[in-house]
Amino acid sequence: MATPTLEKADMAPEPEAGFADSPYITATFRIRRFNPEVSDEAQWQDFQIEIDPKERVLDALHKIKWETDGTLTFRRSCAHGICGSDAMRINGKNRLACKTLIKDLNPEKPITIEAIKGLTVLKDLVVDMDPFFQAYRDVMPFLITKGNEPTRERLQSPEDRERFDDTTKCILCAACTSSCPVFWNDGQYFGPAAIVNAHRFIFDSRDEGGEQRLEILNDRDGVWRCRTTFNCTDACPRGIEVTKAIQEVKRALITRRF
Amino acid sequence: MSTETSAIGDVEGSALYDVDNPAPVIEPPRKRTGKTPKGSRTNFEMYAWLFMRLSGIVLVVLVLGHLLIQLVLDGGVSKIGFAFVAGRWASPFWQMWDLAMLWLAMLHGANGLRTVINDYAERDNTRFWLKMLLYTATVFTVLLGTLVIFTFDPNIR
Repeated sequence: MATPTLEKADMAPEPEAGFADSPYITATFRIRRFNPEVSDEAQWQDFQIEIDPKERVLDALHKIKWETDGTLTFRRSCAHGICGSDAMRINGKNRLACKTLIKDLNPEKPITIEAIKGLTVLKDLVVDMDPFFQAYRDVMPFLITKGNEPTRERLQSPEDRERFDDTTKCILCAACTSSCPVFWNDGQYFGPAAIVNAHRFIFDSRDEGGEQRLEILNDRDGVWRCRTTFNCTDACPRGIEVTKAIQEVKRALITRRF
Repeated sequence: MSTETSAIGDVEGSALYDVDNPAPVIEPPRKRTGKTPKGSRTNFEMYAWLFMRLSGIVLVVLVLGHLLIQLVLDGGVSKIGFAFVAGRWASPFWQMWDLAMLWLAMLHGANGLRTVINDYAERDNTRFWLKMLLYTATVFTVLLGTLVIFTFDPNIR
């Protein structure tokens, strides 16, 4: 009678009796473990934990590491979808553990978690990211200009900024590159992430190194190896249209050569 | 410290690997490193990619037309014989049609197989020799087919 909040509180226990006591469910996490100091083979290990399904997979990994098995190894830094440290293969799809809610994964079945593919597994869910960042470095992901530096800010119209807005969102988590079947078979391929970051500068009106980057991506291991399977677009936790960006680089190469 | 580690290993009876002697990790095929050779600076891959798209469009017309004429229209497959081929190749139009189909289909297929080999053959040697085999077969088939189309003699035998 007094306030809506109070009325709701009065009514709540009636229909949800027994259920509302605990939001926790028992979920099984099937994690691919690899420890070169113990064995040369990776194996699946099941962990059953009580967890609120509204929590994230990263929370489950924390719970396992902090309360069950301290040897479980994974990367995470900010834990809020910005740093891109905790990309992993969850139920066969590349995602960020910190952006995946357990309730979205059908927790009645075991939830499989493994390291991203195509890179050397160092321990459990930690992979060697060096080849990934080498490809990133090779496309020169920095502003290249000619002439003297201007005395004021390099201005740009909103339309010019909009041209490459999508590819500025990349957080270098490697979810796209490690979901690419071409990259799985041949690590020499630049991979979607490097092409996305080249795209970010190729279509920037302030940048003058676009031709150099296009030349790099015109290579045998460049954009022409893309088979447009769209795995990268599906995997991107930032919703970047990765395959579209790759196609735009292809189109730029063709229109600039003819 | 070291005695403790070895003691655990002895109990379990399978201390193949430990902290000082870790197992080899499984490296992915053809990893990119700082020493990866830089590009060849040619447009070959772009032309190959464009060729696949353009030849594909032309082949749809050529191949479907070919199948229709050979297998469906005018009595179907039973009409095909030496006389039928001789009659068709008397006309330069059908000679050009078959020549274009031969060249485009062979180069289209060979380029497709080349990308498959580039994708899947892991060792440099395997890749090289598979591609050599592919190129030899392609050149042989294209040249033999071209020779037959141009030197076909209906009065042979």
